[in-house]
Amino acid sequence: MTTDATVTDRIKQDLSDNPVVLFMKGTPVFPQCGFSARVVQILTQMGVKFKGVDVLADPAIRQGVKEFSNWPTIPQLYVKGEFVGGCDIVSEMYENGELKQVLADKGVATQA
Amino acid sequence: MPGPVAERIRSKLAALQPTRLVIHDDSDRHVGHTGARAEGESHFRVEIVSPAFVGESRIARQRRVYALLADELQTGLHALQLATLTPEEDRREE
Repeated sequence: MTTDATVTDRIKQDLSDNPVVLFMKGTPVFPQCGFSARVVQILTQMGVKFKGVDVLADPAIRQGVKEFSNWPTIPQLYVKGEFVGGCDIVSEMYENGELKQVLADKGVATQA
Repeated sequence: MPGPVAERIRSKLAALQPTRLVIHDDSDRHVGHTGARAEGESHFRVEIVSPAFVGESRIARQRRVYALLADELQTGLHALQLATLTPEEDRREE
């Protein structure tokens, strides 16, 4: 399955409309995967507003975002259009304070 | 006893000449989850220490591992948690 231009356009549109986007399994309220849930929990604890895109609801996006980022797994976190990482990377960056720094550098508000 | 998927992970990651490679099969903790398979070996956690990671971002390191395991990720390897360290980082952690 290859990704057509409209799918890529929709991904780009989400990334340009929202400073922080999480491609995830399930929704922020009802994550369907422990790794997606972990990233939601981190963003919530930091008080970061983000858009969750449920890839389970849209197989084209699920495949498309993997090709878009050249990254084969979900979740995928983007800040200001830039791919930050999946669950392992985001967790590590949260624990060592790097995530807060990246968000601050890109002008995204946090509360914690 | 490692299963066939764990063995393939080990042999493919040998390309990175790891100084340490620990493969945990967490599949029994995910029984019944999406992506879990009756035969197991769907959810893994891998710690790999390799000089190949020197000077590379975390994203670049994980991409290398994913690229080596692309076939596995297409065929039943559902979740792969990764810790990718250089030998120096590994010494600092201990």
